[in-house]
Amino acid sequence: MSSRTVEFSIYRYNPDKDDKPYMQTLSVELDSTDRKLLDALVKLKAKDDTLSFRRSCREGVCGSDAMNINGKNGLACLTDMEKLESPVVLRPLPGLPVVRDLIVDMTQFFKQYHSIKPYLINNEPPPERERLQSPEERDELNGLYECILCACCSTSCPSFWWNPDKFVGPAGLLAAYRFIADTRDQATSERLDNLEDPYRLFRCHTIMNCVDVCPKSLNPTRAIGKIKDMMVRRAI
Amino acid sequence: MSIPIRKFDAVIVGAGGAGLRAAIQSSEAGLKTAVLSKVFPTRSHTVAAQGGVAASLGNSEEDHWHWHMYDTVKGSDWLGDQDAIEFMCRKANECVIELEHYGMPFDRLDNGRIYQRPFGGHMSNFGEKPVRRSCAAADRTGHAMLHAMYQRNVKVNTQFFVEWMALDIVRDAEGAVVGVTAIEMESGEIVLFHAKAVLFATGGAGRIFYSSTNAFINTGDGPGMAARAGIPLEDMEFWQFHPTGVAGAGVLITEGVRGEGGILRNDAGERFMERYAPNAKDLASRDVVSRAMVTEINEGRGCGPNKDFVLLDITHLPPETILKRLPGIREISIQFAGIDPIKEPIPVVPTCHYQMGGIPTNYLGEVVVPQGDNVGVPVSGFYAAGECACASVHGANRLGTNSLLDLLVFGKSAGTTMVEFIKNHPAAHRPLPADAGDYSLARVDRLNNQKDGADVHATRLAMQRTMQNHCGVFRFKDLLAQGVSKIMDVAADVARTEIKDKSQVFNTARLEALELENLIEVAKATIVSANARTESRGAHVRDDAPDTAERPDGRDDKNWLKHTLWHRDGNRLEYKPVILKPLSVDTIALKKRAY
Repeated sequence: MSSRTVEFSIYRYNPDKDDKPYMQTLSVELDSTDRKLLDALVKLKAKDDTLSFRRSCREGVCGSDAMNINGKNGLACLTDMEKLESPVVLRPLPGLPVVRDLIVDMTQFFKQYHSIKPYLINNEPPPERERLQSPEERDELNGLYECILCACCSTSCPSFWWNPDKFVGPAGLLAAYRFIADTRDQATSERLDNLEDPYRLFRCHTIMNCVDVCPKSLNPTRAIGKIKDMMVRRAI
Repeated sequence: MSIPIRKFDAVIVGAGGAGLRAAIQSSEAGLKTAVLSKVFPTRSHTVAAQGGVAASLGNSEEDHWHWHMYDTVKGSDWLGDQDAIEFMCRKANECVIELEHYGMPFDRLDNGRIYQRPFGGHMSNFGEKPVRRSCAAADRTGHAMLHAMYQRNVKVNTQFFVEWMALDIVRDAEGAVVGVTAIEMESGEIVLFHAKAVLFATGGAGRIFYSSTNAFINTGDGPGMAARAGIPLEDMEFWQFHPTGVAGAGVLITEGVRGEGGILRNDAGERFMERYAPNAKDLASRDVVSRAMVTEINEGRGCGPNKDFVLLDITHLPPETILKRLPGIREISIQFAGIDPIKEPIPVVPTCHYQMGGIPTNYLGEVVVPQGDNVGVPVSGFYAAGECACASVHGANRLGTNSLLDLLVFGKSAGTTMVEFIKNHPAAHRPLPADAGDYSLARVDRLNNQKDGADVHATRLAMQRTMQNHCGVFRFKDLLAQGVSKIMDVAADVARTEIKDKSQVFNTARLEALELENLIEVAKATIVSANARTESRGAHVRDDAPDTAERPDGRDDKNWLKHTLWHRDGNRLEYKPVILKPLSVDTIALKKRAY
């Protein structure tokens, strides 16, 4: 089996002992089965157990291992090692407080997600069977419901960096539109009211970093555009 | 030693499907509930389930819960408890419809009803021909379900403790469960959660094997804690090897691929399942398909340079079907196999996937243990549901789509039973024992101060390789016996693991060492139980229990139609009878399994 050595430069910060963060140079020997960045990180951790990062499913559905990889946000488990330039520079997701090494405090991100009431609202008594929805109506949810809340998008968005407390951010707005687009949801006007504010929705300036980084190939900018359209339409 | 205490009515450990479903019951009932989770709830491994959830809705063709029950009993190779299986199959429609009402984005049929696809082992009319029973959201059913249930919990204001790892169960002198200890990852603080009842929904432990579809977090924390607290583990020898993990990577490829028409082929391009299961073919039960695949590989008909995998072929399906029904599978194939399944078949091998055994419960979700002549006495204040529990509905082999159903039905059932228990005991919390929490503090203390100890990564790898080589798809008498002694050696190392990282803040090295202490209990239970069961049944197939006229498929109902109970104390085994009597219908009589 062919093996090769890969160089890394990794953001390190342990508040228990470090006054300030620093970049650490590390290297690891990889063999042909270590295809993904997460494989390399697991090997690095086997050598130095203080290296800290989140990970779980290792197949791109849980959203745990989002980080900044050679300057671009992505999931370690979906990033091919062979496509990365050396040294591989790893930093925590930008714009959120760092807890330790590659682990960020995601409180603000989830607060924004929760602020859009991310649940179906339908106050009619539920029928005995399923609420009906045509395949075409259901197709409207494609590209919306698949979000894994990894935060790659929101933490690549300059508007979110500036106003993480006021701007809902691409992930939260994608979720807001997921419910607006659902024929079973009855709270569209309440949801639009909730976003009618100079910051919550309208801080999106269609920079489209979110689309560029989404590991699930979703398009929050398009969803945000649709919400903006609905706002305009109901205003006239 | 002293430890901070927080008081709740109920504590639920785990926020995957079962934990979230139970939490809905508890929060809606107005109980003060804490849900502890090692990860943000939507990162739980339910998220990775793909193909669907079983319910006899009959949206595409006639179906009946009784047929579903028959399939599940047969799939379990008659080791499943028929009362629990009837309960699950009868509750399926109600639970799936509830989920739809919560907002789950199921795929739809032209008439607006939930889309259903065929799945392995699910048949109409008591085993006649495949039936469309799996309710699906493309091939992302688990993701859609987990998010819908998390969202419902947000709506009903469930209180989550995110990135907290439970360490140990606290029991009082009478054996009642009165709380759990847990560590907050971010601060490293250890806290005792004092509760009127505790519900475990900690998921599986597939990481005991080297090659697994499971997430890193699937470390058997619930069974580990239960075993250390003197509660036996049931039927741990039964592990499902999913037929289609991506060769090399282990990532799951749903059986829904075969449900949509996918075919398994050997190096000659032959659809070999026709020889092993002439009726159900590629949609036979998972244990049957996995063994057929390994047999093909062992007999030199595997594919690739090392002839060590077979091919899952969907190139004959219309690309639109793949893009609409199996988009996630296409992504996974491109990412982890480097091929586009529209054009090329997917290289697959059987991969460890699901733990059929677990913490013993009844169908109400109460944890039950033997006491004197009674084989199922509830442990006061203790409930379990989902993969960490053994109800037992899966017996010796689980049918695909029955795991998502299990976590819905028994998450709800255990939650409801727990709520009733708490409401019927409105008095104050039972007092904590004086030494509550000391055991956990001592474990962490040992780890922090260990010198010249064993490396966590290397020890875990030794366990995983041993389990893989000694307790896999096919099992061998000699290898099992050697495996038991090897695993006991690994266990000795686990007791003296050492970490270099001594800091308090988000110390993942410490967490991995603590997880390994749970994994090893599951590994011990598995290999000791497997070594003792000298028959072949479902997913447990041994070379010294072959197919004979007297014992078809090597199954020995005379001696082994019984559940294993493994006790950590002394690696002791005992057995309890299978419940053959359903709740309302006739027993599904024993017979040879054929697909």
